[in-house]
Formats: sequence, structure tokens, C-alpha cells
Amino acid sequence: MLDIAKPITPLVQVRGLKMYFPIYSGLLRRHTGDVKAVDGVSFDIMPGETLGLVGESGCGKSTVGRALLRLYEITDGNVVINGTDIATLSPEALRKTRPQMQMVFQDPQASLNPRMTLADIIGEPLNEHTDWDSDRKLARIYELMDAVGLNRRFANRFPHEFSGGQRQRIGIARALALNPRFIVCDEPIAALDVSIQAQVVNLLEDLQEQFGLTYLFISHDLSMVRHIADRVAVMYLGRIAELSPRDALYARPLHPYAEALLSAVPEPNPALARTRQRIILQGDVPSPANPPKGCNFCTRCLKVFELCRQVKPELIEVEPGRFVACHLYSDTTAAGSTGTPEAKEHNQQGVSQ
Amino acid sequence: MADGAAPVLDVRGLKTVFRTRGGEVHAVNSVSFHLNPGELLGVVGESGSGKSVTMMSLIGLLPSPPADVRAGTVMLGDRDLLKISADELRDVRGAKVGFVFQDPMTSLNPVFTVGNQIMEPLIRHMGMTKKQAEVRAAELLALVGIPDAAARLKSYPHQFSGGMRQRVMIAIALACDPDVLIADEPTTALDVTIQAQILELVKDLRQKLGMAIVWITHDLGVIAGIADRVMVMYGGQIVEQAPVKDLFANPQHPYTRALLKTIPSLTGEREARLQVIEGQPPILIGAPTACPFRDRCAHAFARCFVENPERRAIDGREVGKGHDVACHWAAEAAHA
Repeated sequence: MLDIAKPITPLVQVRGLKMYFPIYSGLLRRHTGDVKAVDGVSFDIMPGETLGLVGESGCGKSTVGRALLRLYEITDGNVVINGTDIATLSPEALRKTRPQMQMVFQDPQASLNPRMTLADIIGEPLNEHTDWDSDRKLARIYELMDAVGLNRRFANRFPHEFSGGQRQRIGIARALALNPRFIVCDEPIAALDVSIQAQVVNLLEDLQEQFGLTYLFISHDLSMVRHIADRVAVMYLGRIAELSPRDALYARPLHPYAEALLSAVPEPNPALARTRQRIILQGDVPSPANPPKGCNFCTRCLKVFELCRQVKPELIEVEPGRFVACHLYSDTTAAGSTGTPEAKEHNQQGVSQ
Repeated sequence: MADGAAPVLDVRGLKTVFRTRGGEVHAVNSVSFHLNPGELLGVVGESGSGKSVTMMSLIGLLPSPPADVRAGTVMLGDRDLLKISADELRDVRGAKVGFVFQDPMTSLNPVFTVGNQIMEPLIRHMGMTKKQAEVRAAELLALVGIPDAAARLKSYPHQFSGGMRQRVMIAIALACDPDVLIADEPTTALDVTIQAQILELVKDLRQKLGMAIVWITHDLGVIAGIADRVMVMYGGQIVEQAPVKDLFANPQHPYTRALLKTIPSLTGEREARLQVIEGQPPILIGAPTACPFRDRCAHAFARCFVENPERRAIDGREVGKGHDVACHWAAEAAHA
């Protein structure tokens, strides 16, 4: 299918994604509440694009990644990948769509079966989704090992014989096995040493170019995300605070949380580090089981005002391509929407079209 | 700090070896450094570079076997910590040398209250009564920025967040007013906004209390912000040592140079491609006979494969006092 003439449609469209984990308590284990890990998230990812998803631990960024591939049964919302709504597919139909969407996990130690050889691990998706004979599979396994820079001689070795960086290469080769279009990279470099991180990031970029991949790159490392992502979404307590093109975000963050987060990153230059004005946020992130009534960030925000404690701000486009959920930027729309905050919530848009 | 002041901690030729089935792992190889009063010494290195093992060797925290602290002297004031008995060492730990570990979750005891754990060293080392210790513990909690300190003494660790637990760890380490505080990746497990809080706290405490600190980290950004002096470790050795500004402005060792280039910057020009250090960190089995970085070094030549380089000063000052580097290539470049 060649669709060069058509306007580019997003490969991934997420609308009002909610992922609640129920809390059961008391003697009868009654359903008494929910951990609102992801609470109404919308965004688009264009073909060939890398969307960075950043935030602190517990903000729901990994949950978004997993929900996108329906590794969880999502509570509400739509996830359209390549024209198919993943959220509502039957198990059999879902299985058929699995080859086009894959995942690279954070911990290469825990995500590889220690009793399988490297060839078994990389070949497992082929066993599940193709009816190829063993020669063809082996040829494909070698091809993948070449692509990620693993020596073919290692095919019969076990994961424990490899270093962290090499194990991550195995995980990437496995994710590539079925020629996916979309890969969720969930903190793929967090467990690696600095000198190895750069190797893996360069590999991911090479593969993207070679195979035309689309990435959701989840990370808490803001400087690495600046390097790899085209656009960046900043999450806080289950919601997107800001979604902006990379350069715009790093040059001039609009949301107060994005601003604080960027200023908290240590600067590896002593001259700059000592003169830079830091924003030190007070306190901790509230519990996602009991988020604040208004804006989720209102308990720590330095620019908070009364409206923030009452009404959750929506993600709106405040500049071309820049989406912010903050009342500082929504003076005009906020007045009209206070009556029906729920209805507007589903209208969050992740991208301009 | 003036060079004239006697160092609070002076380590010479420290060697730690782990006996394993695969052979002897030389985790710390002839490490020498000192710590001046009131100074913050940053120790940078990747996992397996020996930075934590060095610090744990100093105060006998490594289980033996498999660990064997084979050579060296560790002078704290006028006592050699490697020569004193286990009982004496126990009096040093906590009282003279405070330790903050990486993971605030696993280093606090979940079944005792926070107050109990802060009071323990006060009663053990300072001979305080329970009443006195309780008053002091509340002061310490307030010092590390925990609101409503007296009431929070009765809380258990699980009732604190990660950042607050690390504040508690710092309070415990500071309890007996130690001469030296060793902080082993104290902010690595924390989020960046919480890390920023802890870094501010440490800067503030240094001004108030003036103790000397060894800060172990793999994050060059953290080092740039707080350290006075830095030593870079690789393969169980100190490969470069310099005042923080010199190290970032004028790195000498190929490893330091490469390391500074591999981290993408948050500001400034965005590079199309990240610089990489090819290859893997070395396996330290057997006594080293060559430079540990030789296989990954772009400048390696014949000598690097047969002789482990010694640290040499590049600014004419004594090794350890100014800027020094352990590299044959850098030494030749300096004389050329």
C-alpha cells in the first residue's frame, strides 16, 4: 500500500485513555476505590516519529506504554494503532495485530528467560506468529542478530553470559523479529551504565531509520529524551501536563511542572551548574488513589491560584503544536467549561491536524 | 580548603580482592586519596569500577570471605582503620564515619520506628539516655527538613516517601556529628525533583555543620553541582583526580573525555549522534598488568598493553593535590 499522496495520518491515536487499578479493602474485600494510574490521556504518534514520554516514578508513564499494547485491560478510552482500535478487539483478533506492535522492556535481566538460548528467545515470536520452517527461522534470527550488532556465534548462548547492554540488544532483536511498525521502549536504558546507554540509543536510532519504526520512548532521563525524541509528553500523576515539540519544550517549557522538572536535572558543567536558577518543588507527589480535586499539580505548583484547586485543566493547544494543561494558559476557555468538566475531558487532543 | 590543613581521612595503596571460583577479582587496586576538612570529594565511575567497594573497605563493611582487604593504610585522624580491632571499628562506624546508602527503602529497618533508628547511634555512641536521645533525634529530623519532627519520630519507614526516607538516613548518619560522611549514590533511587531537594539539603547542611563528605555517584551532573574535587574510577583504579572545574574544563584521561561526551546535554547544541565508548568494562580477574581502559581507548599504544600507568600530576603539584591522571598517552602528550 502506497499512501504517499494522502495526508499523513497518525499511526497511533490515543483518546481519553484511562487505566484504573481497583482497591479492595475491609473484611469483605469490597471495591473501595481506584488507583488512577492513567486518568484521561490523549495523544497521537505519527509514522516514523519518536514520542518521548517523561515523568517521575508513579506518574503512569509505563502504564500508558503497557496499556497501548493492551498488556492491561484498559478501563476506558480508545487506542487506535494503524487503523484498528486495540482497546475493543477480541482476543483472537488482538493476537493477529500483535506482530505490528512490540515492546522493549526496562530490565533486560528480568525480561529474558534464563533457560532459553539467544536463538530461542529471538525466534520465539516467529514460532508463535509464522509457519516458517527452521531454516528460514534461523536465517531470520541471524539477520536480526546482525541488525542489532550481536555476533552470530552467540546464537546458542544463554542470557547470563551477556552484559547488560548486550542483553538489551537481545530484547531489541526479539521486538524486531516480526517486522513491527510501532515499538514501545519502556525505559530501555535506565538499567545500563552511561557509556553503554549511548550505544543502545544509537542502535535504536539506526534501526528506526533502517526499518521506518515509530517509537514511544518512555524515560525519566530528560537529557536522553531530548536527544532521541521528536516530540515530548510530560506526565504528572496520570495526566499529560504538556505535550510539545522537543526544541520548544526544552527551550521554553510552558507548564509549571515541566519547567520545574527541567530545572531539576543536574547540569554536567560546573560553571553553569552553580549559577543556574533552580526551581525546588516542595513536598511529594500525591497518591494517585486520591488525587487533588482540581489540577493534579496544584499541591506543589509555585504558580497556583484558586481556580487550580477547583477545576482540572484540560490539555489545550496554546501555541501551534504545543499542548498544555494549565489554567495559566486557559483563561478564556476555562470560564466556559467550568459547568461541564467531564464532557470536555474526552476532547483532549494530542496533536494538531 | 587550604593544602596545609591535615586531611581528616588519608587512604594509601588500598587493595581489595574478592576470591571467587573464577579466580581473584581485583576490585580495588592501589587506590590512594585523601579528604580535607570540610571538603566534598566526588567519586565517579560506572558499576563495577570499584567506587562503592573502596568506601566499604575503609570501614570494614565487606564480608570476609569473599572480600580480602589486602594492603594499604586508612588513616582517620591518627588511627589506621585497617589495623584496629572489630570492636574499635564498630565505635568508628556511625560515630566518626557516617554512611548514607543508595536505597533508602532497604537500608531502614521496617519494624522499628524512625525515631528508634535515629536514637540508636546516639545511645550507642554518645552515651545519651533515652530522653536525651529523643530530644536530639527530633532536632536532627527538623535539621534534615522533616516538618512536625517530634511527632514523626513515632512513624515507621513505610509511612515516609522515598525522599523523606533518604532524609531520615541522612539524619541517622549525622546523628553523632561524624568527621566524615560517606554517601553512596544517595540520590540515584530518587526522582529528579526529589534529588534536587536532597542536593539543596546537603549544600545547606555543609554550611551549617562543615563536615567532610565523600559523594559516590555515576551522574556527572550531580558532581558538577556539588563537588569541590573529583576522582574518576575505572576498573578498580583512580584514573583521574582534579578540582571539579579543572576536570570538566580540561579532562585528561581518554575515559573521562569520552564519558563527558557520551551524556547528552539538556542545553546547548543537540548532537545528531551520541558519542559512544565502544566495548565493555573490563573483567578484573587476576592482578592488573596493563591499563584497564586499553581495549576501549582510542589512543592506546603498545605501552598501554604491557604496563599499568601510574598517576602523574599534570600541573607540577603533588599527586592528589592538584590535577593528576593515570595514562601513558596523556603523560606523553603533556611532555611532547
